[in-house]
Amino acid sequence: MSVLTTNYLTPTGREEAWRFTPLKRLRGLHNGSASISDRNSLVAKAALPKGVSFTRESLAPLAASDDIIIERIRGAASDVSHLAIAANVEIQEPIFLTRIAGALDSAELSRVRISLGTHAVATVIVENIGDTLLAEDLEISLAPGSSLTFVSLQEFDSKSVYTARHHAVVDKDAVFKSITVTVGGDVVRILPTVEFIAPGGSAELLGVYFATTGQFFEHRMHVDHAVPNAKSRVNFKGALAGKDAHTVWIGDVLIRAVAQGTDTYELNRNLLLTDGARADSVPNLEIETGEIVGAGHASTTGRFDDEQLFYLMSRGISLENARRLVVRGFFNEIITEIGNEEVQERLMERIDGELERAGA
Amino acid sequence: MSVLEIRGLQVSVNTENGTVEILKGVDLTIKSGETHAIMGPNGSGKSTLAYSIAGHPKYTITGGSVTLDGADVLDMTVDERAKAGLFLAMQYPVEVPGVSVSNFLRTAATALRGEAPKLRTWVAEVKGAMEALNMDPAFAARNVNEGFSGGEKKRHEIMQLELLKPKMAILDETDSGLDVDALRIVSEGVNRAKANNDLGVLLITHYTRILKYIKPDFVHVFANGKIVEEGGPDLADKLEANGYADYVSK
Ligand SMILES: Nc1ncnc2c1ncn2[C@@H]1O[C@H](COP(=O)(O)OP(=O)(O)OP(=O)(O)O)[C@@H](O)[C@H]1O
Ligand SMILES: [Mg+2]
Repeated sequence: MSVLTTNYLTPTGREEAWRFTPLKRLRGLHNGSASISDRNSLVAKAALPKGVSFTRESLAPLAASDDIIIERIRGAASDVSHLAIAANVEIQEPIFLTRIAGALDSAELSRVRISLGTHAVATVIVENIGDTLLAEDLEISLAPGSSLTFVSLQEFDSKSVYTARHHAVVDKDAVFKSITVTVGGDVVRILPTVEFIAPGGSAELLGVYFATTGQFFEHRMHVDHAVPNAKSRVNFKGALAGKDAHTVWIGDVLIRAVAQGTDTYELNRNLLLTDGARADSVPNLEIETGEIVGAGHASTTGRFDDEQLFYLMSRGISLENARRLVVRGFFNEIITEIGNEEVQERLMERIDGELERAGA
Repeated sequence: MSVLEIRGLQVSVNTENGTVEILKGVDLTIKSGETHAIMGPNGSGKSTLAYSIAGHPKYTITGGSVTLDGADVLDMTVDERAKAGLFLAMQYPVEVPGVSVSNFLRTAATALRGEAPKLRTWVAEVKGAMEALNMDPAFAARNVNEGFSGGEKKRHEIMQLELLKPKMAILDETDSGLDVDALRIVSEGVNRAKANNDLGVLLITHYTRILKYIKPDFVHVFANGKIVEEGGPDLADKLEANGYADYVSK
């Protein structure tokens, strides 16, 4: 066990990137005071199909980062868990990666790489479970013409702290789709970020989060249109219930001067199910060229719709079940995009459970 | 044999400019198998009556009573009223995003019957109910009322009426927005429910056309928050010819 070196800047909470995050609850991940374990908890859940490998190797980072925790991870850990899908391999069934051996008294600094060769097609589902203190630098590289559906499930128990960047580098004509689901943990802070490095790529960042009493979940996107003719879509839906449930959604989209023909739209919708919860939603579109196909954003925050509840109840459905139906319905649009019935039903049941626990 | 009894019902809504009284003492008794038509000008309070009986939270009951077979309806939650045997086909059925018709119907049937319907017979039952109303079976997979046309929403309401088998149904302008064929199909659905379940019907309408299909035993004229005249089927024809001028000026 060692201690994170402290020759990095430590966020104070006044920085734009940290202004919402409850630093005190990060268990020392941000300031280097957490003791570091050498556990490596990510494993493949089943035998891997042909053309797919999962190895530990030393890899240089794919892209620079200005996130302090990511810098600390890179300073301390050189080995990367690397899931590689070879060129031209098409895999129908999802590849599951899951967590073993979590702990709260020491931190795991995890580096993960998912790489797809040219024209490879795959779905990767990462299950984050248990109670753990985990900081993760997860990088995804999509070679030209490849296509990845990346599902990231934060199904942690109640004490977990997870801070991560999920960064995708999208090459020519590659298709990246991510579905980020956060339904568990004490503090979860994820930076789903995308960078286009050649024209013709597309990125769809979808997500749902459900924070109940006391939980803090932050999702801070950054989509960098640094090349012409790329397309991006962001759609995150969140629900909150219970005292001091707090969510943050930041949607930074940058269309650089060279990025002509960009097509982008971002959307965040929040459902406040009880009083005492707080949803921050900040879309932020920066446009440096007028030669684009489209750019827009929308953000809404609402409550249970009395008319919907009345309609359901007027058919004999109890208030509790009516609420459950409405919340499931709210999340359904995104959850079904996962395309795996078993995972979808498990998440819906977790959502039912969270709703019940919050007494909403 | 069931009886829905409305006595001296007074209802108000809260608005920015204070409380507005809408129902000013409604008296009405509906028995199983009877069909009562209510006709009256826009804004006279017909939907308010329908919603108040069903328990919509927007309305405050300030006086009177509603009982079903002696049980105090006003004391029941919305779902309890449905379980007691009341059904409201809404003038504007509500869209519920992300909730499929099949999931909705099954949840409702489970609640009303006290146990989940057996899967095999249930699928056939829903299919039959949809076919009876000329609804494409594809509607089962769609979200409740989402993107339905006006007429499709109304068919969906009557489909539920047949499937859920209440004792008393309030049909709030179910005929509005229906084409001539749909009007006949929907009316036949109501008549089947009447024949099969001895359903009592409170039918709110602006047009005598539907009364050619669903024969009312009584016609009530509703104006300014209460019933101002009662009669047989011929009263409807009189209203169609003369309008409401006589009642509104009173
Ligand atoms: N929230 C509200 N604020 C103010 N007035 C209201 C509110 N809700 C209902 N009302 C009024 O109550 C009256 C009765 O409305 P209701 O919908 O019951 O009429 P209706 O007889 O069903 O009319 P229609 O034939 O047009 O359907 C109307 O004048 C309406 O404007
Ligand atoms: Mg009305």
